[in-house]
Amino acid sequence: MNKAKVILGAALLGLVAGAASADTLDDVKKKGFLQCGVNTGLAGFSSPNDKGEWTGLDADFCRAVAAAVFGDATKVKFTPLSAKDRFTALQSGEVDILSRNTTWTINRDTALGLNFAGITYYDGQGFMVNSKKLPGITSALQLSGAAICVQSGTTTELNLADYFKANKMEYTPVVFEKFEEANAAYDAGRCDAYTTDQSGLYAVRLQMSAPDDHVVLPEIISKEPLGPAVRQGDDKWFDIVKWTYFALLNTEEAGITQANVEEMKSTENPDLRRLLGVEADTKIGTDLGLTNDWVVNIVKGVGNYGEIFERNVGTGSPLKIARGANALWTKGGLQYGPPIR
Amino acid sequence: MQEHDVAWVRTEMALAQAAPSSAVGPNAWVRKNLFASPIDTVLTLIAALAVVWFLPQILNWLFFSAVWSGADRTACLTTEQGGQLPAGWSGACWPFVEARFGQFMFGRYPLEERWRVILTGVIFIALLIPLLTPSAPFKKLNAILFFVVFPFVAFFLLVGGYFGLSYIETPLWGGLMVTLVISYVGIVVSLPLGILLALGRRSKMPIIKMLCVVFIEAIRGVPLVTVLFMASFMLPLFVPPGMTFDKLLRALIGVALFSSAYMAEVVRGGLQAIPKGQYEGADSLGLGYWQKMGFIVMPQALKLVIPGIVNTFIGLFKDTTLVLIISMFDLLGVVKQSISGDPTWATPQTAKTGYVFAAAIFWIFCFSMSRYSMFMERRLDTSHRK
Repeated sequence: MNKAKVILGAALLGLVAGAASADTLDDVKKKGFLQCGVNTGLAGFSSPNDKGEWTGLDADFCRAVAAAVFGDATKVKFTPLSAKDRFTALQSGEVDILSRNTTWTINRDTALGLNFAGITYYDGQGFMVNSKKLPGITSALQLSGAAICVQSGTTTELNLADYFKANKMEYTPVVFEKFEEANAAYDAGRCDAYTTDQSGLYAVRLQMSAPDDHVVLPEIISKEPLGPAVRQGDDKWFDIVKWTYFALLNTEEAGITQANVEEMKSTENPDLRRLLGVEADTKIGTDLGLTNDWVVNIVKGVGNYGEIFERNVGTGSPLKIARGANALWTKGGLQYGPPIR
Repeated sequence: MQEHDVAWVRTEMALAQAAPSSAVGPNAWVRKNLFASPIDTVLTLIAALAVVWFLPQILNWLFFSAVWSGADRTACLTTEQGGQLPAGWSGACWPFVEARFGQFMFGRYPLEERWRVILTGVIFIALLIPLLTPSAPFKKLNAILFFVVFPFVAFFLLVGGYFGLSYIETPLWGGLMVTLVISYVGIVVSLPLGILLALGRRSKMPIIKMLCVVFIEAIRGVPLVTVLFMASFMLPLFVPPGMTFDKLLRALIGVALFSSAYMAEVVRGGLQAIPKGQYEGADSLGLGYWQKMGFIVMPQALKLVIPGIVNTFIGLFKDTTLVLIISMFDLLGVVKQSISGDPTWATPQTAKTGYVFAAAIFWIFCFSMSRYSMFMERRLDTSHRK
């Protein structure tokens, strides 16, 4: 009698739990495409190109997840989201994954009920100065007394104040409501330096009348780890997104590229064979809820992490951002993928 | 009788002579309109100086030193920026608009399906022009086609999913197309709804009157941005997960309700200007309420408030740009997105070029609406001013 009660109770609990945490993977497979929330337009991360296709690092990450799930990187639909509606869209199930240059913070991880699957781009607030106007400035610590262009009402403004206070330096903030206004004012020489996220500084530099005169200073005064997020409470889906990211890193580390992935399948290296799912009776992919060639599909679809980076923000793009902190750990960066075995 | 010793009497009328050059012709026009008084003279000179000062620069930027062809940003860069143009060059970067023209017009509507949007546009224009031309026949049929049949045709053509047309979801819509869809729906819904609300507000039935007053004042009391925001972000949190309303539909409803409240007040202004005698005259003829309103009061009231109505339409047309805050991309939204997001076109001139293009399109639409309303005013003018 008691036993039956316990079983019944457990079954009910399971039922309740099942209802509370919808299975995103099943939903996605049923729909036949991945719904991906991206930025409405941010150079290098997500923006439509001339043909209207979404390009950028964040957009390509979604394609990688689609490739892992469906074996087809094109089975993804993009929802452009503003900074205000991004979390609502994820919470309400409008998007399956939020890949929208979102900073990983504890508040978002806990109170907002998100799970961050990794850090696809280590960003941080930096400074840019005009080297023609201010020759010899090589560090932000030399900016004492400078007039600095900044967008109002952003964390950027607060970080700036904290940094100068901590280093006991004076500065004059020149505050603008709009991004374009701040750009124009800086270009016209109304301020000595410009501050925003470093990735943004490179985009701003492209719009300057003499881009080569402007240098991005090495100091980073805030941590902005950007990464894809999913809803809390669906560990299976969280695992898929997380390991898609790690697979991108591991393939770069192993030298597997979009071009050579097919030949690499016949490699003898057991590590690579496991990674590519060609080892006999491997269960890595199926344990994840995918097929065993998921890594092959990802790389075939979008390339490895390095290829995505170079294509969208690195040397293959007009932005020309150096790898820096986003280099692999083997090359002095922070990108480290746990082993796939 | 007095004798007249006149040698010659003119027997025919003297021929009319041309007016002196100080009264007609270009000289007179210039004197009358430009140099009539010392203040006029000073103002004319200042204006002329401004034109001479700015116009060449503007024309130069827009046309003469503008770049007209190119594949990416390098076409619009000076040598010091890594391009071919001479240092210090400044001009419009038209290839950016050219490359993005499709998106500015249709958003991300699939390329191979864009004929559907164009066809809808052609039908729209083919129905609109005869409707706006007073001398064109079949007004009633035309109006039914335009206001009743056309929305359905447009819906099936644009959305698809029937008759072998593929389904195009609204998040892919964008550009001028979204601007026009929202404006059309706003205009077509707000005028009749606004008239009904205005009549309701002046009604003698307390419940109807109260409902209309509450609706109008509630909607007029909040900014459009708030209405859109609520519809877009709060609504999904209230309904069960997985159940989503189309975002464009939400925006359409929000904009239509919003503009009807304003339209109601404009129409009410017209109703109040009609003398009491007109109502009494209609009553004494034995006309019912709807006959009285339809045949006597409304034609006069609406004619009076044409400027106000068109004002509301123009305001509505420009307000459509606010849908950007709910991540929908009207013409201005797409232009902004292309400027801020795409590194392949990032140059110092891109933003200016994009905004000038958007401004030109908006100006064309708003200016035509305003000119047409002036034409209608003159045509319908049977007023008491004469």
